[in-house]
Amino acid sequence: MDFGFTVNAPRAIYLDKIDPALRDKLIARERTTLLCIGCGSCTATCTAGQFTGFSLRRVQHLVRRGEYDAARRAITDCMLCGKCRMVCPRGVNTRAVLHALLQIL
Amino acid sequence: MAQERILVIGGGVAGMQAAAALREAGFAPLILERSAGMGGHVAQWDRLFPTQTQAQAVMAELSSAAQGIESVTGCEITSLTSDASGVTALSADGRRFEARATVVATGFDLFDARLKEEYGYGMYENVITSAELERMFREGRVTMRSGEAPRRVAILHCVGSRDEKVGQNHCSKVCCITGIKQAIELTEAVPGVEVTNFYMDLRAFGNGYEELYRRSQVEHGVTYIRGRISEAGETQDKRIQLKVEDTLVGRPLRMTVDMLVLLVGMQAPGCCAAFGLPRQDNGFFAPRDPYTGTVLSPVRGVYLAGTATGPKTIAESLNEATAVAARIKQDLAK
Repeated sequence: MDFGFTVNAPRAIYLDKIDPALRDKLIARERTTLLCIGCGSCTATCTAGQFTGFSLRRVQHLVRRGEYDAARRAITDCMLCGKCRMVCPRGVNTRAVLHALLQIL
Repeated sequence: MAQERILVIGGGVAGMQAAAALREAGFAPLILERSAGMGGHVAQWDRLFPTQTQAQAVMAELSSAAQGIESVTGCEITSLTSDASGVTALSADGRRFEARATVVATGFDLFDARLKEEYGYGMYENVITSAELERMFREGRVTMRSGEAPRRVAILHCVGSRDEKVGQNHCSKVCCITGIKQAIELTEAVPGVEVTNFYMDLRAFGNGYEELYRRSQVEHGVTYIRGRISEAGETQDKRIQLKVEDTLVGRPLRMTVDMLVLLVGMQAPGCCAAFGLPRQDNGFFAPRDPYTGTVLSPVRGVYLAGTATGPKTIAESLNEATAVAARIKQDLAK
């Protein structure tokens, strides 16, 4: 019998429980990812982001928080044009971050 | 001609520098200091942003500049009046000081973190203030209360700053860069420690501050999460559990740390109300003009220097202290 009730999974990120392995692998491969200050320049200029929900800013944060599944789904939208790298004020090698994530995740 | 007496209320860095500059300008300064020793907050600090110079190096230079200047310690001034002939200051224990003019360099109080009950300062043994962390750095030993080295530390920005709930709407200005500096120093003092700073906005406004921020990220691996911790709780093993929203990810976040450091802000001290001088909304003394008269009070014979008029860096305080002596010389020559 379906009463129409659903159970929502908790939305909180539990940093104590994440597996840091993939996060640390990315940091080891492309350390400039640490310099992201979340300004959103990459997302604002992103070609793919004009038509999809893709946000490299968000992807980098998701990886830092151990949310690999969401990051893995998101990066398939990237077209690797590299415009983000030209606008990043902190010098994050965004395209290299993306390349590394495509291999690691 | 006898040298004219000028009172300097407060023997912190601004007061010491003002007294030295006044002596240089030909006056006889008298420093009145509330506590037992000179140097104020800076004397309690370990290293300074952004160059990580020892605070003691700055103190040594100021002490040498102020050497031999008359001072009274353990002397809390509770009243200050001014008339055509000069100023009169009265101390809590009934002493009376008269002079041609006075420099009010009364500084700031550190915000009492117990007022932010949700962070458990004073209740949970591993919640400490930024000032207490400096003491640990000075003693060369950063540990949890149990004596163990922390493996995970959170630093919370804006405790007692930008917070209407505790009547402190102003930004204390120096805490952001202090949090960055302390995060770096934690990674140096405790090898392998993970440090996470929780901030609302990161205001790295000064020369070399943004560079230090970058270094903390890329060289020391400090994590910055945008979000204000809403509450901290103590676990059975005396660690601290945090609740916060990671506002850049848009999700609630939970984590447990071994130690929580609260970056306590600058608060106007009691004398700001007691002296009867005009004040700003943030409680600190109001300068006569925020652009052209920052070291002048609206009251004749009363001058201001350093954090008496609001949060400032050491360099800014010292510049004002030098400026105030020049201004007094100029005014009294008229």
